[in-house]
Amino acid sequence: MLYFSRWKALAIVVLSAIICLMVVPSLLSPTAFEKLPGFLQRKIVLGLDLQGGSYIVLEVQQNDVRQMRLTQLRDDSRRLLRDAKIGFSNVAIQGDAVIVRVREANDGDAALAKLRELAQPIGGVMAGGGQLDTDVSLSGDTIRIAPSAAGLQARTIQAVSQSIEIIRKRIDQLGTTEPSIQRQGADRIQVQVPGLQDPSRLKALLGQTAQLTFRLVDTSVNAQQALQGRPPAGTDILYSQDNPPQPYVIEQRVLVAGEDLTDAQPSFDPQTREPVVTFRFNTNGARRFAEATQANVGRPFAIILDNHVISAPVIREPILGGSGQISGNFSVQQANDLAILLRAGALPVPLQVVEERTVGPGLGADSIQAGLVASIVGAVLVALFMIATYGLFGVIAVVAVAVNVGMIFGILAMLGATLTLPGIAGVVLTVGIAVDSNVLIYERIREEARAGRSAISAIDAGFSRALATILDSNITTFIAAAVLFYVGSGPVRGFAITFGIGIVTTVFTAFTLTRLMAAVWVRWKRPQRVPI
Amino acid sequence: MRLLRIVPDDTKFDFMRFRRISFPISALLSIVALVAFMTVGLNFGIDFKGGTLLEVRYPNNTLNIADVRSKLESLELGEVQIQEIGSDGEVLIRVAQQPGGEQAQQAVVGKVRTALGDAVEYRRVEVVGPRVSQELLSYGIVGLIAAVFCILVYLWFRFEWQFALGASIANFHDIVLTIGFMAIFRIDFDLTSVAALLTILGYSLNDTIVIYDRIREMLRRYKKMPIDELLNASINSTLSRSVITHVTVTLALLSLVLFGGRAIHSFSVTMMFGVVLVGTYTSIFIASPLLIYLGVTTRTMAEKDAEAKTAKAEGKPATGKPARP
Repeated sequence: MLYFSRWKALAIVVLSAIICLMVVPSLLSPTAFEKLPGFLQRKIVLGLDLQGGSYIVLEVQQNDVRQMRLTQLRDDSRRLLRDAKIGFSNVAIQGDAVIVRVREANDGDAALAKLRELAQPIGGVMAGGGQLDTDVSLSGDTIRIAPSAAGLQARTIQAVSQSIEIIRKRIDQLGTTEPSIQRQGADRIQVQVPGLQDPSRLKALLGQTAQLTFRLVDTSVNAQQALQGRPPAGTDILYSQDNPPQPYVIEQRVLVAGEDLTDAQPSFDPQTREPVVTFRFNTNGARRFAEATQANVGRPFAIILDNHVISAPVIREPILGGSGQISGNFSVQQANDLAILLRAGALPVPLQVVEERTVGPGLGADSIQAGLVASIVGAVLVALFMIATYGLFGVIAVVAVAVNVGMIFGILAMLGATLTLPGIAGVVLTVGIAVDSNVLIYERIREEARAGRSAISAIDAGFSRALATILDSNITTFIAAAVLFYVGSGPVRGFAITFGIGIVTTVFTAFTLTRLMAAVWVRWKRPQRVPI
Repeated sequence: MRLLRIVPDDTKFDFMRFRRISFPISALLSIVALVAFMTVGLNFGIDFKGGTLLEVRYPNNTLNIADVRSKLESLELGEVQIQEIGSDGEVLIRVAQQPGGEQAQQAVVGKVRTALGDAVEYRRVEVVGPRVSQELLSYGIVGLIAAVFCILVYLWFRFEWQFALGASIANFHDIVLTIGFMAIFRIDFDLTSVAALLTILGYSLNDTIVIYDRIREMLRRYKKMPIDELLNASINSTLSRSVITHVTVTLALLSLVLFGGRAIHSFSVTMMFGVVLVGTYTSIFIASPLLIYLGVTTRTMAEKDAEAKTAKAEGKPATGKPARP
C-alpha cells in the first residue's frame, strides 16, 4: 500500500494541482478573465443568495392555453365557412369547445369536412401523424370543435418555448448582467436576474402579455345599452383603464395587431408634452392600417392592450404613413416599458408568477462574509485539533484537507456550478468529514501497531484496511447527496453539489495524496516506531 | 510533543449492557418526538406552507416594532408574524398564504411595500404560491423516502440483510428524533431542513457503517467469540475514531452555528442536534446492539463466505494481483 511508482506519484501530484488551479479563473478580475483562452473561461457562479438578485418562476396556465386555442378555432371556423360559402347561424365559444350551428341542416356534412381541416397532427405532419390536436364532431345541425388534451399539452410546451424567447428580449432591455431564463418542467419558466434592487418592475415586464390590437369601435349601440342587453354579434365589451373604467363596444375583428409593428419608442407628444409611444408598422401592417382608416374615416377605433382600451381616437383622415403614436396618460417609465414590451412582442398566453425569491445586495454581502468567517474558523479549529491529536500525521491530514477544499472549488469552477450559502456550509461540513478518512486510517494504524506489528507494516496495514471502510461509508453519504441534488432546488441544490463533490474528492485524496505523503515520509525516515 | 489522546488505548467498556437502558430511553424519546410531531406539529416555513416572507432593515435605529405592527395590521392580510431579529433594526415579516390563488400572493408584497415605504432596506423577499409549496412538500417527502430506499438497497448488497435492517431502523430513529426536536423547539421546517435531514441520514449511516464494517471483520476473524463480546470489542476498537471524528465535525458545525449567518442558522442547529447528539449515540447504542436481536451470529458470516466461495469456484478463477510488499 505504501509503494508508488515515480510516474504514479507524479500523476497524483500534477492532477491534484491542476484541479486546484482551475479555481484561478474565478478569482481574476472580469477583464483578465476575458483575456483567457476559451477553455479556461470557466468560473464559479455566485448564487443569488450571495450576490443578490431575483429568482422568479412563471407558469403557463393550461386554461389560458385553452382559451387562446378556442379563440383561434372560433376565428378560423368563421373564415373557413365563409370561404366555403356555407351559411351558419352562430359560431361561439361555449365551455371548452367552439359550437358551430349551420343554417341549412343538409350543409352539416360539408361543414364538418371543411372544419376537420382545423385538426392538425400533434407535432406537425412530419411527426408521423399520430393523434390530432382537435376533435371535430357533428350532431344534428351543430358541430362541436374541441381541442384535445394531448393537443393542449403540446401547445402549452410550445407556448413556454415562445414565451422564453420573448422574455429574453424583454429582460435584455433592462440591461442587467447575465440573466438566466430556463424552462422548468412542462409549463414553467425559471427566471434568474442577478443584482436587481427592486423586482417589481421586472415582474411588471414579465407579467404582461402585451397583446396590442387595433380594432374598430362599434357605434351602432350605446355601450350602456349593450351592457344591459347583449352586445351585437361579433363584438366584445372592453373597458378603459380610467377611474372609473369606461366601457366600449369593440369589434372582435382585428384591423392590425402587435405582430405587425417593426419598432416602438418612447417619446413626447409635441403639442401636449405628455409621454407617448410612437410606433411603426411593417409593410403589411401599414397597408392594412391604411385600408382600414381609409374605409372608416369619421369612426373611432380603439388601441387595445391586453383587453384594456388604452385610447379610442376618431379617425380624422386616412393614416397612410405606416406610423403612429399611442397616448394614454402614461408616466415616462410607463411609456418606456410599453415601448420595451411592444418591441419584444406579445407573449402567446399570460404568465403567472408562482414563486419569487429576492435577496437584496446587502444581505448577499453579509452572507458571503458570514460564510467566509465560518469556513475559516471551522478550518482553523479542525486543523489545530488534528495537529494536536496526530502531530506530524495531523499536518499531513491538514494538507490533504486543504488540497481537498481546493479541488472542490476547482471542480465547481470546471462545472460552472453555482455556489450558494448552503453550498459553503457543504464545504465546511466536508472539512469535518474529510478529516474522518484520515482519522480512520490513523486509528487503524495505531491499532495495528498495538497488535504488535512493526511501524512500516502497521502503517501499510492501516491504510489497506481503512480504505475499504472509507469507500463503504462515503458511498452511502454520496447517495444521500445525489438524492438531494435531484429533489432540491436553488440553494439546497447548491448544498448537494458541494457536498457531493466533497465526498468524491475526500475519497480521492484519502486514496492518493494522504497515502503518498505517508509513503514519502516512511521512505525518508524509516521509522522504528509509529509516531501517533 | 505529547499528543492528545481522548480515548485511552485498550478501553473496554461494556456497551452491550447499556442496551437495557438505551433501548427504553430511545423508545421513550421516539414516542415523545412522535407525540410532539402530531400535537405541536412542525413549524412549516413558507416553502411548504406558501405565503410571503420579508426581511426588512430600518437604518439608524428607526425601527419601531409597534408602528410596523399597526401598519401591517391595517392591511388586513390575515395571519401576520412580526419578529425582530438581531440588534441591527431588522424585522422578519411573515404573511400567511392569502385566499384567492397565485395572484393574491403576489399582491401582498406590493401592499407591504407601500405600507412600510421606501426608507427601509428590503433585504429579502420570498413569495411561494400554493401550487409550488404543495410540490416542494411532496418533493421533500419523496426525496427522504428515495434516499432511505437507495441506501437500504446499497447496504443489502454490501452487507447482510440484518445489517441493512439494523441500519435503517437506527436511521429511522435518528430522523424521528430530529423531527421531534424541530417540532418542540419550533425550528423553521423548510427546504434547507430537508437538506439537513438528508445529511444527518448520510452522516449517521456513515458512522454506523464504520462500526458495522468492523463487526463484519471481527465476525470473520473470531468465529468462536460470543456475539455480545464481539460487538463490544468492535465498538471499543472504533471508539477512538468515533470520538475524534465527532469532535472535528462538532468543531466544523459549531463555527457554522456561531458565524454562518441567519440564512443557514436553522440548518446548522438541526445538523448539530442530529449529527452530534443523535447520530453517534445511535451507531453505538442502537444500531450495534440491534444486531443481536436481528440474529447476527458468527455463523452468519461463515455461511455467507461459503456461498461466496462456491460462487467463485463456479465462475472464473480469481485474478487478483498479488499484494505488493
